Amino acid sequence: MDQRRITNLIMTTLTAACAFGVVALLILILSYISYQGISSLSLSFLVETPKPVGEGGGIGNAIVGSLILLGLASAVGIPLGIAIGTYLSEMGSGWYGTIVRFVADTMIGIPSIIFGVFVYVIVVLQQGYFSTLAGSLSLALIMIPIVTRTTEEMIRLVPKSMREGALALGAPEWRVTMNIVIPAAMTGIATGAMLSVARVLGETAPLLFTAFGSRFYNIYLDEPMASMTVQIYNYAISPFEDWHDKAWAATLVLITLILTINIFVRYITRKKY
Amino acid sequence: MASDLTENTTSTAPRVNNPIGDRLFRGALIAAASLILIILISMVAVMFYSSRLSIREFGFSFIIGQVWDPIKGEFGALPFIFGTLVSSLIAIVIAAPISVGVAIFLVEQAPKSIARPMAFLVELLAAIPSVVYGLWAIFVLAPFLRVYVQPPLQDVLGFLPFFKGSTTGIGMMTGGIILAIMITPIITAVVRDVLEAVPVTQREASLALGATKWETTRIVLANASSGIAGAIVLGLGRAVGETMAVTMIIGNRPEISASLFAPGYTIASVIANEFTEATGDLYLSALIEMGLILFLVTFIVNGLAKLLIFSVTRNTVQRS
Repeated sequence: MDQRRITNLIMTTLTAACAFGVVALLILILSYISYQGISSLSLSFLVETPKPVGEGGGIGNAIVGSLILLGLASAVGIPLGIAIGTYLSEMGSGWYGTIVRFVADTMIGIPSIIFGVFVYVIVVLQQGYFSTLAGSLSLALIMIPIVTRTTEEMIRLVPKSMREGALALGAPEWRVTMNIVIPAAMTGIATGAMLSVARVLGETAPLLFTAFGSRFYNIYLDEPMASMTVQIYNYAISPFEDWHDKAWAATLVLITLILTINIFVRYITRKKY
Repeated sequence: MASDLTENTTSTAPRVNNPIGDRLFRGALIAAASLILIILISMVAVMFYSSRLSIREFGFSFIIGQVWDPIKGEFGALPFIFGTLVSSLIAIVIAAPISVGVAIFLVEQAPKSIARPMAFLVELLAAIPSVVYGLWAIFVLAPFLRVYVQPPLQDVLGFLPFFKGSTTGIGMMTGGIILAIMITPIITAVVRDVLEAVPVTQREASLALGATKWETTRIVLANASSGIAGAIVLGLGRAVGETMAVTMIIGNRPEISASLFAPGYTIASVIANEFTEATGDLYLSALIEMGLILFLVTFIVNGLAKLLIFSVTRNTVQRS
């Protein structure tokens, strides 16, 4: 073999090693979480509230808390994101659209903890207490730009001929968008929204000083609210072995939820995109 | 494309049926779109206003101050800026070549049947939450580095200031490595997009001239270089703002040390740790100013990354 072929072989091997190495790391992390988490997992763990070291307890309130926080954040963030994304794809070709698109793009990269600081100042500091509402708001702010960008991309995939057909039949612009374009892109928009849900389900930093955390079942929006991620964090940094086990078990629950959403989305979109 | 069509129909020929509906619809969407600008502007304004105490008290010396002493009311951000930069740079040095390697393999070399599922698995790495990486780092990565990596490194390269001190496994090095793992899928995804944006004719021309696969890849890389730079900058932006995993593993001590084994502290970590217990207006104000710095830095870094990536992908359909 001449030198060029040898170089080719070496580089091909190296890049393959990078790829397989990264995938191996993923498998390593996931299998370790399963191995550690499964031993502490039980039905009571899924329904009980946290208890002092050695007395059992679980993450029931944190699961409910995460769902409430997520539900509220989605109720605000997803419709707004879809609206902005629709604007960008249907009317966003001008200078204003360019600015909005740039801001949405850049907001995706802003550290989530900054949203927590912002909400802390405008909500928690004003009210004087941590609350579910504040936590949901910070999550909603994170969701908006993500949903915006995926919505825009998905709506752009709708063929121009569908719009033209509807317009030619005399449908007003808003009808075309609402009754033709958005339904046609609905699967894509929904998967984008689901991915944003999976993303904020794993958020911890913005919740630390907005929803704060709680040891009890709670449904009140003006009180601190537990979440799985904050609970994992608190268990993880504690000095107790018993709590570390609980952190792994809670992580297994969280990761299962997040990966299920991601794999489901992949399954739905496997052919289209 | 689509927008041109709809704009033309409304602007040149006023529609007979239901123009009010159209105007309302348009207005509602524009209002929604404006909201994202309002959020951004109010974030900057609120954070500026809330950090006014600290800005007035310390001025520019906030950034170069080395002492962080909440009890005495002295706040300098330099140790945190240092910690953020060093941990992010470690992450980039590790993640950039690996990510580019993964992307090359997925786009240029692997057959589609392998590349597709593999790309999905790499993307899954980005779906794992920060706090989970932190947990894994505390109980797996840090002990591993403490036993198998740091002592040998010190034996061989211990004469360098970077590898001095006690090898606890908790510190800059571990923080940088966990960041590297976290930003690898992000950089990989963007580099993949950028490589796919390079016209296939470039590859065909190169292969037709008798170049090997790797020589062809080098030509593709040269064409995509500014986009790859953008992907790396984007990864840097993520590393700078990453909070939970780093907070759990970097040691949280505001010290400036040359050793990579030594504990450090980052801007995001100090906010996460001390925000709820900040007593006194000046303390809180100083922490919010830290947030403001982080916000502005990541905004600029991200904007720069977008421009670099856009320079390569503008001619193709954006896939994100």
